[in-house]
Amino acid sequence: MLSFLFSRLASALFVIFGVTCLVFLFLHMVPGDPVEVMLGESAQPADREALRHALGLDQPLLTQFGQYMGNLLQLDLGKSLYSQRPIVDMLIERIPATVQLAVSSLVVAVLIAFPLGVLAAVKKDSHWDQGAMGLSLIGVSIPNFLMGPILILVFSLWLGWFPVSGRDGFVSLILPALTLGTAMAAILSRMVRATLLETLNEDYIRTARAKGLSERLIVWRHAMRNAMLPVITLLGLQLGVLLGGAVITEVVFSWPGLGQLTIESIQRRDYPVVQACVLVISLTYVVVNTLTDLVYGWLDPRIRLEQG
Amino acid sequence: MIRLWWPTATLLLWAFFALFGGLMGLAPNHIDLPKILLDPGADAWLGYDDLGRPLWDRLVAGAQTSFVVAVVVVFLSSIIGTVIGAVSAYKGGWLDHLIVRIIDIFLAFPGILLAIALAGLLGPGINNVIIALSVVGWVGFARLARAQVLTIKHREHIQAAHSLGTRPARIIIYHILPLIMAPLIVEATFAVAGAVISEAGLSFLGLGVQPPEASWGSMIRDGARYLLVAPHMVLVPGVMLMLVVLAVNLLGDQLRDRLDVHGRQRDK
Repeated sequence: MLSFLFSRLASALFVIFGVTCLVFLFLHMVPGDPVEVMLGESAQPADREALRHALGLDQPLLTQFGQYMGNLLQLDLGKSLYSQRPIVDMLIERIPATVQLAVSSLVVAVLIAFPLGVLAAVKKDSHWDQGAMGLSLIGVSIPNFLMGPILILVFSLWLGWFPVSGRDGFVSLILPALTLGTAMAAILSRMVRATLLETLNEDYIRTARAKGLSERLIVWRHAMRNAMLPVITLLGLQLGVLLGGAVITEVVFSWPGLGQLTIESIQRRDYPVVQACVLVISLTYVVVNTLTDLVYGWLDPRIRLEQG
Repeated sequence: MIRLWWPTATLLLWAFFALFGGLMGLAPNHIDLPKILLDPGADAWLGYDDLGRPLWDRLVAGAQTSFVVAVVVVFLSSIIGTVIGAVSAYKGGWLDHLIVRIIDIFLAFPGILLAIALAGLLGPGINNVIIALSVVGWVGFARLARAQVLTIKHREHIQAAHSLGTRPARIIIYHILPLIMAPLIVEATFAVAGAVISEAGLSFLGLGVQPPEASWGSMIRDGARYLLVAPHMVLVPGVMLMLVVLAVNLLGDQLRDRLDVHGRQRDK
């Protein structure tokens, strides 16, 4: 177990380092002079030099990188060019909204995907199966930025049940969570179906059937337990779809989270904030995935023995 | 096979709009102020947008944008990704280690986030959208090609070619690629759907094509402000986008079933 733990942690640390490097290079990917892009062409030369110095862009690349990493380790992400506030404070303000949205979407996704996937697997090749998988295919084909406005149109404007946008109490959470959750459920239900079908083909299921156990007991007690293991990993990976999709969903619903901050900052050319947002979102993803891997390894000894 | 007619028809229509839309005598950027937000009707069968531009014309122009982006992005990222993945697996050693690490780093950016950041930094415009999506897109192909090559690189015909002194590039192109083509084609099909959604997503966020150029994504974004008075502004490009993506996904599913080697063996 220990060697498995170390190898997973080491590769996670490497990925974190790589992601940080790439995000650090963001400023250098801006075509032309990033300072000019950020301040606009009318800026005074003195202001430009001041910003260039503040961002360390007048230093050699390696020195810049050293400073960037040093500051990062002290949780100093610099200041916003737009509001002049420390970026860390801005992030801390926004994180709860995104976490709330992500967790509730995950709940929505699981609540939809599990019944749908199990139904499709148990009644394989029936109309139920085709219906469920057709639904999931349609779900995959409707992007968040279309699902969101459609839900707003039906449930906010026509029926008046939920607010159009903003974050004000539980009701305002429902539509964004549905938008993001259904998108994830569409993918997840196919995975639940596939893993459950695989498990239902195992010998021990045939044994259970031969013993005359009820189908319900076989599916829920015997098959689901083993089918759930890969699904845990898939859930971790799907969090990527969730966090990426949250950016667009937050914009659709004016949900004041990290994603909205990312887009606002891109529009304001406030690139240090963009860097910080991308870094935080990506690192969250890496950390959660590493944790799921470790949990998986802990739950299923075969994994850690194979890899360790 | 019968169930494939409508996805095929949808995709042919999409390609037709993209390739010949310019010859249809449409005026997607023509502003007709008295017709602002007009519902679909006899005058223009899909109605007008908030600037009085005909939605049908803009829909066709948007097809051009999404088609060009999807085709170029999938072309670039499949070639780059396949070459990187195949060489990495074939050569092995430190190069393979390095490439696996780089792939891991790219995969650490959730979903569309990296493309959003890149498009945001590069600035709007169709070229930058293509660059941003290709930078993100090659990874999937590289990972798949690498995995595929790893499973077949020890086969006898490849070792035979190797011992006859065939150059690695030739082995990869003539002896390996034909065998791993099927899953790559399936991946490319789904990548088309992904690219269409991503382009529209970036344009929805204002990071894609610039106005007045039309994109289904920016049409949805413009329409979202007039949802109550003119829902057709969202529904027209939205339904078209959904149909194209659905059609591509359906074809991808069919292709996967047909080309999947494991599936065929199981059927016997």
